[in-house]
Amino acid sequence: MSEVKFSKEHEWVTIKDDVATIGITKHATELLGDIVFAELPEKGTSVTKDGTAGVVESTKAASDVYTPISGEVVDTNQSIVDDPSKINNDPEGDAWFFKLKVKDLNEINSLMSREEYEKFAKESTN
Amino acid sequence: MNKTALYNLHKKFNAKFVSFAGYEMPIQYKDGIIAEHNLTREKSGIFDVSHMGQLFIVGDDKLTDKLQDIFPTDLKNLSVNQSRYSFLMNENAGIYDDLIITKISNGYMIILNAACKEKDFEIIKSKLGEDFKISLSNDLSLVAVQGPDSKNLIEKIIPGVNKLKFMFGGDFKFNSNNIYVTRSGYTGEDGFEISINNSDVVKFVETLISLGSNLIGLGARDTLRLEAGLCLYGNDIDENTSPLEANLKWAISKNRINSNFPGAKQIQRQINEGVTKLRVGIKPEGKIIARESTKIFDENNNQIGKITSGSFGPSVKSPIAMGYVNNTYTKENTKIFLEIRGKKVSASVCKLPFYKKNYHKGDINVGS
Repeated sequence: MSEVKFSKEHEWVTIKDDVATIGITKHATELLGDIVFAELPEKGTSVTKDGTAGVVESTKAASDVYTPISGEVVDTNQSIVDDPSKINNDPEGDAWFFKLKVKDLNEINSLMSREEYEKFAKESTN
Repeated sequence: MNKTALYNLHKKFNAKFVSFAGYEMPIQYKDGIIAEHNLTREKSGIFDVSHMGQLFIVGDDKLTDKLQDIFPTDLKNLSVNQSRYSFLMNENAGIYDDLIITKISNGYMIILNAACKEKDFEIIKSKLGEDFKISLSNDLSLVAVQGPDSKNLIEKIIPGVNKLKFMFGGDFKFNSNNIYVTRSGYTGEDGFEISINNSDVVKFVETLISLGSNLIGLGARDTLRLEAGLCLYGNDIDENTSPLEANLKWAISKNRINSNFPGAKQIQRQINEGVTKLRVGIKPEGKIIARESTKIFDENNNQIGKITSGSFGPSVKSPIAMGYVNNTYTKENTKIFLEIRGKKVSASVCKLPFYKKNYHKGDINVGS
């Protein structure tokens, strides 16, 4: 499994072979508050880097979920649709959103390391 | 940006702030909206509502007569320390504000929405003329304590408050200063609202917290009031909706319908001829949330209305909403469709409130 990478839209991605697992960051869940709804892309659809690939809603508002890399959706995590509070509880673990068959592995190079992301998240909050 | 006297205390308790009606107000604290909502339903919660207007008008029976020309409420039969929910309306019965009028020993106290208070003040002042002293307080905070434990909690600090009935108030003391307490609120729970000097409010709230209560932000206030079927001014009611359209006819005193307050003619017309749109409760199917401005359609794809408030109801554990629909779609269980992110989602019209609890010796049930 590759090192976890992060996008400016607060998604994380890990890659194993040519399959990417994508979710939203703990920082994102803290900004959103209690998540009460999640919508995921359909299996088989193609998504493009920085395009929308889902929605999360908190008690306060709806937010789009973007995909940090392009590919074809090969799996989605139905358990977070059934119980969206899982996203608050374990955003960077069990509450992954979807898996992609990666189109271009080079796209990951534009993403941030954990250290870079944490700095970015801190700066964008202040 | 205005701050309430409790601002630093909110900060100390890790509040996240939002701008609301010109005030920097706490939307939530560290545990989040759902936890705060549940605390209020199960135990007690403290709400800083000091941004709301506290209007005082001094006068006797002449003032009562004059106020009856402004509000559709029977004030003559209101006893001292009794409160009524009412409206300030325009000539078309559009609602400038919804408010609580309380008769006090030397006149009336009126609690106004934060976003409307300055305008309300000007409207009421111009209608009253020069004969009565009217003032919008800057020195007073307003704190709501809501939830089943609130009565025992408050009784420890303010002995005697427990005897108040729903929608009644009285003069009490805190820190040897005068305070005014009413048994009221906007959460669907038993509770109190305390009008207290800015200089005493921090100590008052700290005392409540030390006794086990918790600060609750505007986020949970919104989900609580929505579950209780209560209107948020600016969303569910405004200058383009009348009390009848808002399904709030109960708040217009029966013996006042044929009098001469602003909007009376329109109210009479709507009583006789019916309304073309009505506020209803709406339950979306599944977990999807319909926010304000979501368009409502019938099964033939005709737009029949709009959502005015929508969120997740933590106590009912499902999405809930309210909105206006054309008058032929107001029956319970009517199937409707909501357009959310380009897709049509099934929903049904339902009774309000979504969540019901009995108020203390409730003479009036605000939520129904």
